[in-house]
Amino acid sequence: MENSAIIQINQLIKRFPMGKGEFTALKGINLDFGTGEFAGLIGPSGSGKTTLLNIIGSLDMPTEGEAVVLGKPISKLSSKESAKLRKESLGFIFQSYNLLQVHTVFENVEFPLLLLDYTTAERKKMVMDALEWVGLTDKVKSKPPQLSGGECQRVAIARAMVKKPSLVLADEPTANLDAANSHNILQTMLNLNRELKTTFIFATHDEKVIGYLKRKIFLKDGLVDHEEWINQ
Amino acid sequence: MKIAFKLAFRNLIGAGLRTWLNVIVLSFSFVVIIWMKGILVGWDHQAKNDMEQWEIGKGQFWHNQYDPYDGFTITDSHAPIPNEFKPEIEKGEMVPMLFAQGTIYPQGRMQPAMIKGIPANQTLLKIPTHKLDSVTDVIPAIIGEVMARSSHLEKGSRVVLRWRDSKGTFDAAEIEIVDIFSTTVPTIDVAQVWINLETMQEKLLLPEQATLFSFANAEENRPAVGDFRLKTKKELTAEIDAMIKTKSKGQSVFYFILLLLAMLAIFDTQILSIFRRQKEIGTYVALGYTRQQVVTLFTVEGAMHAVLAAALAAVYGIPFFIWQSKVGFTIPMDTSEFGMAIAPTMYPIYSVGLILSTTLIVLLTTSVVSYWPARRIAKMNPTEALRGKIQ
Repeated sequence: MENSAIIQINQLIKRFPMGKGEFTALKGINLDFGTGEFAGLIGPSGSGKTTLLNIIGSLDMPTEGEAVVLGKPISKLSSKESAKLRKESLGFIFQSYNLLQVHTVFENVEFPLLLLDYTTAERKKMVMDALEWVGLTDKVKSKPPQLSGGECQRVAIARAMVKKPSLVLADEPTANLDAANSHNILQTMLNLNRELKTTFIFATHDEKVIGYLKRKIFLKDGLVDHEEWINQ
Repeated sequence: MKIAFKLAFRNLIGAGLRTWLNVIVLSFSFVVIIWMKGILVGWDHQAKNDMEQWEIGKGQFWHNQYDPYDGFTITDSHAPIPNEFKPEIEKGEMVPMLFAQGTIYPQGRMQPAMIKGIPANQTLLKIPTHKLDSVTDVIPAIIGEVMARSSHLEKGSRVVLRWRDSKGTFDAAEIEIVDIFSTTVPTIDVAQVWINLETMQEKLLLPEQATLFSFANAEENRPAVGDFRLKTKKELTAEIDAMIKTKSKGQSVFYFILLLLAMLAIFDTQILSIFRRQKEIGTYVALGYTRQQVVTLFTVEGAMHAVLAAALAAVYGIPFFIWQSKVGFTIPMDTSEFGMAIAPTMYPIYSVGLILSTTLIVLLTTSVVSYWPARRIAKMNPTEALRGKIQ
């Protein structure tokens, strides 16, 4: 762990109803994440990595156990409180980018700031800064359908980073990208992690991503199988 | 809420043709509803105005016996003109009229007619009674266009008129049609023959008597005078109100169908949006929206169709309304025998209240129709929405 824990996960269990029975996706996870980590949840499909990421992101609730994110116990948060946590402190990057298709690049990146109390001038500066981080200042007025996959994912990174969140959660961010774009994206995220001390947690089974991680958490059948720390 | 409006506007404009198709349909509803309601208001205004100018003035005094729907009452519906009315009559602010049932014999056919006596020098009503002063060797009479058509009488035609005087004796004389007037008020036209009041009083042996009086003084609380009771303008135009009310109900069905079509399009768009835009909904939640805020966003988005439609309706509707209020709407059929005061061309009248109430109704309906399907979002699981897996 690089710094004080911003995420503490204790005996986390998540079950989903399936037919007449239940499917246990997470079977008692114990993990801590510190500030500035560049960590990844690694495992095959069905290992529980996306479920864990969703709980950390307060998009889902644990069935048992607890995940405390930035001091907030996820299982005890109301809908409004979890929305506030996501709005103020979390950034998300998705496999399929999830950009708002009818909005321009600028508007997509601006969106998280609209929910916070920034002035128009502040928003404009923050959006342009974020687009500069990802090298897309020339695409401000473009809309997602006019961009390549790599550019879309860079917009998604800018959107996740624009409010300088404490934690960014990335679910298979390179799954739809070719090798060159994947490395470009990952390098960008690594730079942001170094410069802004933002914690990045990935859910992935992509070797290209795994190669960049400083901490690798291998999940298997809903449990932490083993961890690896890379000293760089 | 401000953000919801901003985003909703961006989403709507971004949706392109889909939005504009809905907006065009809804704007059409706006324009048609306002125009049709304007026509009704215009008709109401025109009918009452024409009745006032041609028949009733600001009100009437009726003989107690007089019932226009009961022919048997006409014979006894007369009394001496009260002294209280004479100053008004002399000033031209009141017109006495005497009615009797009669028969005309155009081309040997027998045709019932109501004979109405009216002073030739009156100027309160638009009936061209000054023509009754024409010098002829028979009784000068005027009739309306509908009566002229139904009796095949023309200006200059002579015809035998028969009546029964107050003693019950039948009498007859020849009349000459000295003028045919055009009016939209059927009750002074259909089966009516107008002659000079003095001649009428003389022929009926009812000197200084009258059946009713139209007056110019709009005072509502005038007391009954002698055998004459007050009939206010409101009472006299009640039939028009009833007809407008009936027409209005009929039109409401049309508005309902029109709105229903527009609302169906919006409802359909909302349903489609919620299914097609699951990932977007999940993204909103991931970025910090509560599900209720997403419901609000989608509701505002749907309701904004009405705002855009109002704006679009204003673009082509206002010039259309102005043009219509100038040239009017000509009914593509003969309105003269409708039994109501309907002008062949009706001029719509639009009030601020009419436009605001229509806008409000459309906006409220659109909001409800938009909210209804959007409620489903509140039940969505954001993680499934993000993956677009909700069926």
